[in-house]
Amino acid sequence: MATYIQIDPTQKLDPFKSVKKLPLEEYFTSGHRTCQGCESALVMKMMAKAAGPRSIILGSTGCMYVANTTYYSTSWVVPWMHTQLGSSGSAALGTSAALKVLMRKGKIKNEPINVIAFCGDGGGADMGVGAISATLTHAEYNSLILMYDNESYANTDIQLSGSTPWGANTTFSSPGKVKRIMHRRWKKNMAGMMAAGHPECKYVATICMSYGLHGMNSIRKALAIGGPTFIHSLDPCPKGWDYDPYLSHEMGELAVNSGVWPLYEVENGLLRLTGRTEQIAAGKIRRVPVRDYLLKQGRFAHFTNDDIDYFQSKIDDMWEKWLIPGVIPFRRDVEADTPPSS
Amino acid sequence: MKADPRGVLTGTHFLDGDHACCEGALAAGARFAAGYPITPSTEVVERFASRVPKVGGTFIQMEDELAASITLQGAVWGGAKAFTVTSGPGFSLMMEHIGYAAMTETPCVFVDVQRGGPSTGLPTLPAQADMMQARWGSHGDYEIIALCPNSPQECFDLTIQAFNFSEEFRVPVMFMMDEVVGHMTEKVIIPPADQIEVVPRRHTRKAVEDYLPYGTNGDGVPEMAHAGEGYKFHVTGLTHDEHGYPNMTPATQDKLVRRLQNKIHDAIDRITLLEEECFDSEDVVVVSYGITSRVAQRAIEMARERGLKVGKLRLITCWPFPEKRIRELAATTKAFVVPELNLGQMVREVERAANGKARTFAVPHAGGSVHRPEDILKVIVEASR
Repeated sequence: MATYIQIDPTQKLDPFKSVKKLPLEEYFTSGHRTCQGCESALVMKMMAKAAGPRSIILGSTGCMYVANTTYYSTSWVVPWMHTQLGSSGSAALGTSAALKVLMRKGKIKNEPINVIAFCGDGGGADMGVGAISATLTHAEYNSLILMYDNESYANTDIQLSGSTPWGANTTFSSPGKVKRIMHRRWKKNMAGMMAAGHPECKYVATICMSYGLHGMNSIRKALAIGGPTFIHSLDPCPKGWDYDPYLSHEMGELAVNSGVWPLYEVENGLLRLTGRTEQIAAGKIRRVPVRDYLLKQGRFAHFTNDDIDYFQSKIDDMWEKWLIPGVIPFRRDVEADTPPSS
Repeated sequence: MKADPRGVLTGTHFLDGDHACCEGALAAGARFAAGYPITPSTEVVERFASRVPKVGGTFIQMEDELAASITLQGAVWGGAKAFTVTSGPGFSLMMEHIGYAAMTETPCVFVDVQRGGPSTGLPTLPAQADMMQARWGSHGDYEIIALCPNSPQECFDLTIQAFNFSEEFRVPVMFMMDEVVGHMTEKVIIPPADQIEVVPRRHTRKAVEDYLPYGTNGDGVPEMAHAGEGYKFHVTGLTHDEHGYPNMTPATQDKLVRRLQNKIHDAIDRITLLEEECFDSEDVVVVSYGITSRVAQRAIEMARERGLKVGKLRLITCWPFPEKRIRELAATTKAFVVPELNLGQMVREVERAANGKARTFAVPHAGGSVHRPEDILKVIVEASR
């Protein structure tokens, strides 16, 4: 079948071989006002470094909008535009479409320009999921949507989002004497949803910037492959997760090594587990108990042993009972769900 | 009917307006809130989320304001008293569903803690620039009721009133707070439950075969039945007849839309709440609402110290607009002065109602802070000449 969709050339973005080979130039620099230990700010920095100078970055409302652009300061060295909370996908689509037209008409130099739209988990997994989904169906427009997921509406003081894990204490789900577990929903599987449901999307990946080189190379691959792409980044948040800021890096490692946050990529429909997750799946390293991950975070301080066991059982399910372990939660058998009484 | 004591935190408290609003909702019988975080309103539902396990009820975090504004209507048709809370950008998203609530006559309360706009604007700073949006934001002809508190105590008292109006008239009620009122902390007295009057749902007592979902008993407000109770009813945003079924003829449209308006217009005297300090033939009457009324109070006192004859009219009910009272005052006063935290919204209504019988002076302010009393005084002095 002849293809009628013209995908524009993209930048040649080879993977970085090692940390020592990274360029020194920064495109997200000082001047931001994020919290101490903010992993999402690190994601912005790494994302901009991975993309390089010929990039346009769009950001929907959230921490990485407000904290990076207030009070006459901004840390963005590349062009940056705020978009409304649920509109990262639409903004990416519109920007990419306009660049295409301007280049076709000769109004601007014909060159590949990276269009990256980022959103938080509130803007991406909640309000903006429709816009992201729509953008991922438009094969002819090159863009990357990066969802930085700190698992709450951190910008407005830690309300739960569709990406908040089961049981977490947020300002919308404070545990109390009457009910201990106020949040009973499991985190949305955004990357799996986007990968499974968007045949025009050539690249979906999960990352965690505790593994920075892996994350940056995933971003470069997403930008180089062409068409709309999606990356879901898990970002530990000292304020929302309630831990000492110096633990941010370790918290990301624990999320991956406990199996709570699998790293993988789906490239042209081909699934590949990556990084430490690949080693876990191959049996080369054992998963760390989720207890080690949960108990370092104040948001789970109200958990009983039963709660921790239940959480562990859900993660075990992910790896042992999902048809595509860690990625797609289809199952062969229906089993009763028995959460602890709250 | 008296309030359910489970929801009433009787006592003397030190609360901010957002928390007082939540307590008002609980006292009024609200047992369902659909919330989406947005500054400066989030504290209302944060408190609701932490209070409902003890009171009984449901709080759901929604994925956006579109969802929140329709989820609460589902809850109402399921039998609950319900509300949602937002601020400017979220209020904009809710507009279609506010029209839906007006059309389907769903009793519910939308709390808007106003902040500077347009767009993201000033999330943590005040404005009163959603006043026209509250009235006209959704498409089509419809009426709503809007109340405007100026203190945490009123956030409690008037939230109950908002629910009562919504139930009495089966209309969405806009509760138009602002950032300063929402975040200021003052003494709030919550009376015992047996001293709080709440209006129950206008639930039908008719037999299933006699019930018409949108038939009225002469007062323009239909009785309600809830989903699952055995009554046949059909709720739709399409133009509908007494049976609730779509009937898209000009005659049905005319009858329905006029009734939606008239049920409010006909009760305007009962709905209108004003705080008035007009004596006899003032030179100037200052018309204000919300936080601006507290700044205006100081300006009025300063003007009186200078010997000017200045009256005060505070709009507690902003919509329907109390044009009858403005018209009466216009006959005896030289001018109206209308300070508000926008570049001129309710002042247009004052000017329209005055109908040239008294001059109207705006004291606009784009938001981000409150007026300085001196700025209002300056206009009072000018208007009194």
